[in-house]
Amino acid sequence: MIRVVLPAHLRTLARIEGEVTLDVKGQPTQRIVLDALEARYPMLCGTIRDHDTQKRRPFLRFFACQEDLSHESPDAPLPAAVVSGQEPFLIIGSVAGG
Amino acid sequence: MSKVRVLVGTRKGGFILTSDAQRKKWDVSGPNFAGWEIYHIKGSPVDPNRIYTSQTSPWFGQIIQRSDDGGQTWNIPGGEKLPEPYDPPGGQSNKFAYDTSPETGKPLSTHQWYDGTQHPWEFKRVWHLEPSLTDPDLVYAGVEDAALFVTKDGGKSWQELAGLRGHGSGPQWAPGAGGMGLHSILLDPNNPGRIYIAISAAGVFRSDDTGKTWKPVNKGLKSQYIPDPNAEVGHCVHRIAMHPSRPNVLYMQKHWDVMRSDDAGESWHEVSGNLPTDFGFPIEVHAHEPETIYVVPIKSDSEHFPPDGKLRVYRSRKGGNEWEALTNGLPQRDCYVNVLRDAMAVDTLDSCGVYFGTTGGQVYASPNGGDNWEAIVHDLPPVLSVEVQTLQ
Repeated sequence: MIRVVLPAHLRTLARIEGEVTLDVKGQPTQRIVLDALEARYPMLCGTIRDHDTQKRRPFLRFFACQEDLSHESPDAPLPAAVVSGQEPFLIIGSVAGG
Repeated sequence: MSKVRVLVGTRKGGFILTSDAQRKKWDVSGPNFAGWEIYHIKGSPVDPNRIYTSQTSPWFGQIIQRSDDGGQTWNIPGGEKLPEPYDPPGGQSNKFAYDTSPETGKPLSTHQWYDGTQHPWEFKRVWHLEPSLTDPDLVYAGVEDAALFVTKDGGKSWQELAGLRGHGSGPQWAPGAGGMGLHSILLDPNNPGRIYIAISAAGVFRSDDTGKTWKPVNKGLKSQYIPDPNAEVGHCVHRIAMHPSRPNVLYMQKHWDVMRSDDAGESWHEVSGNLPTDFGFPIEVHAHEPETIYVVPIKSDSEHFPPDGKLRVYRSRKGGNEWEALTNGLPQRDCYVNVLRDAMAVDTLDSCGVYFGTTGGQVYASPNGGDNWEAIVHDLPPVLSVEVQTLQ
């Protein structure tokens, strides 16, 4: 079970309160987790990564276990603590706007 | 009993203002989609309770919202949470993919950038939504970077009408200060195939075959920054408007100049007349008097506020050239707001109501064609767009 924490605006968009929990098959990666998230909440398609290129939107970052995973390969295995559900996979909007 | 519903898009959410036909007492609801930029909200002429919203954010991109109950509840078309097992694909309502296929368009990869170099086309947001006059599921969307999209399934999916960018003049299109947006879409009620669109800064284009092919219709426009006096495209058109009873007559607020065409855009002539300045953004037509038009003069392209700190709507009852200032109820000192291109609209009650929103967060209404004004609300976020629905 993977725990995902979304920014407040995306929680509102998806009508989610608190964390999302996702069951994913195989070795979890960013891509697999985001695929599962978008499959369950289609309204989030295109809000976290580009529809076609699947690239992370520029003002969003991915964190887990106090590490910035934003520039990791989307196909790299997620940390064991995320896979076990001990730690959440965090999607964070950049602080911008002064 | 008639009722008026004013749909207001702002920098930080959408608001719905409602009143009875007297238009004296207003209820304000919102913000919907709080914290997001709401570029445009517009209802279907066929089914007024069907309302579409363009919701955007630099962080999360474009969202299309739809209400089927007059704005009480909203949903992302095709974005419903799915039960297991999931059955993708869904979530295509915010996918605005430029058509690059050789079958349906002539792919254009670049337009002119601010410095004159060529720049790739990049989708940024939907500026304007124009629901069909006959089908509540069909909506046109004008986007930045400029292109026209259409949905035929109530917003679940969008396809580009690629003939517009395929016209071939794209390398001469350039962004205005606010970006290269397709901001005006006019549908001819007498000719279902005819559509006018306007782009800043490319100009006006007309299609006579429901958007398959397009021609620029900019003859007569003069723009100081374009060396060629007969340039077919490149003009910074801020807004175009028509009266539905006379769709061959078009009015235009250009970067500078207020213009008029009496031949469906084939030629334009200036009607700025005695305006104190002919720079501005919106232009609108009275609901029952096709020769009565409204503009809000702005001091200049670098000083986006009314001249002399006086907020004045100007009305011409002769289709231009002769203008009168409408000031009753509007601030006449120390006013330095702007009125953006999509932020003026009219209702269709017997005594035509005129409405506009400002970058200072006020929405002003006149229940008598501009003679008297009153602020419906004073302190919204900066207003991006105003649309009005007259409900029976």
